[in-house]
Amino acid sequence: MSADEFMSWSTAMINDLLSSGTRRTIDKLTGPIWSWAMKNSMHPLHWGLACCALEMAQASASRFDAERYGMIYRSSPRQTDILLVNGWISKKIRNDIRRLWEEMPAPKWAVAMGECAISGGPWYDAYNCVQGLDQIVPVDLYIPGCPARPDAMIDGFMLLQKKIDDYFKRGVFFKD
Amino acid sequence: MAQNECQIPDTIAIAQGAEVTKEMVDQYNAQSGQMDMDKMWIIMGPQHPFSHGLWTLKICADGEIVTDADPIVGYLHRGWEKEAENRTYPKIIPMADRLCYAASMTYTHLFCMTCEKALGIEVPEKAKYIRIVADEINRLQSHLMWLAAVGTDLGNYTAFLWASREREYWMDMNIRLCGARLTTNYPRIGGVRNDVFDESTRFLRDLYRCCDHFDKSIWELINLIDNNSTFTSRMIGNGIISRERCANLGITGPAARGTGIDYDIRRDDPYDNYDKVDFEVPVLTTGDSYARYMVRMEEMIQSVKIIRQAAKKIEALGEKAPYRLKVPSKIPAGRTFCKLEDPRGESMMYLVSDGSDQPYRLKVRSPIFVNVSSSKDLLEGCRIADVPVIMAMIDMCLGETDR
Amino acid sequence: MAKEVREYKDTWESEIKGLIESKFSGKATVSKTETRRVYVKADRSISFDLCKFLRDDLDFEHCATVIGVDMVDYMQVVYHIDNYTKYKGVVVEVEVDIPNDDLHIESVACLWGGANWHERETWELFGIVFDNHPRLERLLTPENYEFFPFRKSYKLREVQ
Repeated sequence: MSADEFMSWSTAMINDLLSSGTRRTIDKLTGPIWSWAMKNSMHPLHWGLACCALEMAQASASRFDAERYGMIYRSSPRQTDILLVNGWISKKIRNDIRRLWEEMPAPKWAVAMGECAISGGPWYDAYNCVQGLDQIVPVDLYIPGCPARPDAMIDGFMLLQKKIDDYFKRGVFFKD
Repeated sequence: MAQNECQIPDTIAIAQGAEVTKEMVDQYNAQSGQMDMDKMWIIMGPQHPFSHGLWTLKICADGEIVTDADPIVGYLHRGWEKEAENRTYPKIIPMADRLCYAASMTYTHLFCMTCEKALGIEVPEKAKYIRIVADEINRLQSHLMWLAAVGTDLGNYTAFLWASREREYWMDMNIRLCGARLTTNYPRIGGVRNDVFDESTRFLRDLYRCCDHFDKSIWELINLIDNNSTFTSRMIGNGIISRERCANLGITGPAARGTGIDYDIRRDDPYDNYDKVDFEVPVLTTGDSYARYMVRMEEMIQSVKIIRQAAKKIEALGEKAPYRLKVPSKIPAGRTFCKLEDPRGESMMYLVSDGSDQPYRLKVRSPIFVNVSSSKDLLEGCRIADVPVIMAMIDMCLGETDR
Repeated sequence: MAKEVREYKDTWESEIKGLIESKFSGKATVSKTETRRVYVKADRSISFDLCKFLRDDLDFEHCATVIGVDMVDYMQVVYHIDNYTKYKGVVVEVEVDIPNDDLHIESVACLWGGANWHERETWELFGIVFDNHPRLERLLTPENYEFFPFRKSYKLREVQ
């Protein structure tokens, strides 16, 4: 068959599949596999803003080893799942954070680490600080602390693992 | 002919059998010499794996050689000095911690020194020696963070892991001293917050143990890097500027001492009992990245020496010696400034007070602000692959640049 | 050609005071001296010449800061200049008053490269224009800001 015929045949097949109970079966079969894969290989963006970034660096060192959770930092946003913002957000970097978020492919999660990313922190009256990451990007996890200890960060990521698990088990076949 | 006009030879015609004349060849050779297609601005943007902190470095590269550099900072600007005008003096101490987060103890120490000078009081002897110990622990921690970052940037992941491991010991000392790992909030106007140097806490025993352990592990780190000739050959010979240019540009700290400027505020303009401890200041005249690296490694060895001497003096002062004075909350009107040797260079605070309990103007001079501004001079003539090396040796902490 | 480094003598401050006051009589006065510190109050018209004198004749090679202060009726620019060789360890502070209706002062960025970004920052935060500065643009704040944040007339969010 020609290319156009193939396209119309495959669209019809997929529509049939989605509307029937096959979708739920596939979700039940593959949900646990996706969730096991994604939660054990969380790849955050290799990006440090301020003080909490030093604690993030210590979390990937040998004492509070973050790599045992599968966390490898990737340099390009196109290859990451998690946008980890760990410092105060100034108006100059605000557009770049949004752009990095848009560049990340779905499924993706945003983590606000430290008081400054949660709500502006000690800079509550600054003329140049955005009062929290959730003004820019939909945040999935908040890690409190000033600076957040590396163990707190790892604890937060374990909670994020539960959230990822839940997301995939809810059923996401062909959703994104 | 104009730069952007060019006669492209009709390659399709040539492929189908047209003749290649000598005029065509000559014209093509002539025009490729005239088109200036080699200079390119590369933006190492705010999100970049090599950048130690949030800044953009634009370099103009002619092929592989860097001809111009334009740093863009300000991504972490919060108006620290303006916010300080809105807070009472004790509330500025945890803010000063977050100026340069890797060297937080030195900035709070500097702020407390400036306020004490404005009040005209002298802190007790024990507090001075405790501040020396705290500062030097902070210097070690900061230099080890620098070494870890250098390791990550230049591809030596082992150096990152070993330096981070050593840094954990000193952060544990920080926790024993004041309760926090990174932003310590420890010095106070009039002294320090608390005193852990008595027998019951065993702090001194563990401090000496840490110093003994570090004496061995610093040599492991030095051998790791020095015995690796690929690593050292990346550092030798680049980023060279002359001593006069370095002094004129305002570069201070280990970067300047690697270029031949023999100036260390702890020795030449001493504050807080640094004139009563005995240490050497490493100065090298080569001026390249390797010299700056060696200066920092040697400074770490000297810091341990200072900690031992100061700790002995604290033991000699005894447990009941005072470590904190009660100070009034309002500072009389006037102007003061104090300088201090930060792990990164010369930092200074200038306080204009107006008799109330909030400062009128508090200005912070950060060493990295000036070191980053001189990146054009440092990077001129090097290759693109040398850019991370040279900028790593400056040891940037962007929180204090942007304030 | 290395410059000679001298050991500290406590006559240095009065020596520097004498040299400055004799060269710029009337326009620059030394308000006080402390150990290794000389505080000078200078007139705007001779601020550049004073800085040039300090750099060339007295070997003050390092300009540590250029600070702007907003005293509501007038503004001030304060320079701190360090010495590494001839008067090792001495810091000279030069304070210059600038009237509010004419916020201009001669830039010293051509004398010391270290003053370049400090002057740029002072312009951006206070609005004091440094004449003949090679590049007076916004440095720390975003490009589209049009106000001068550190002036006393600009109030932060929580201040009434």
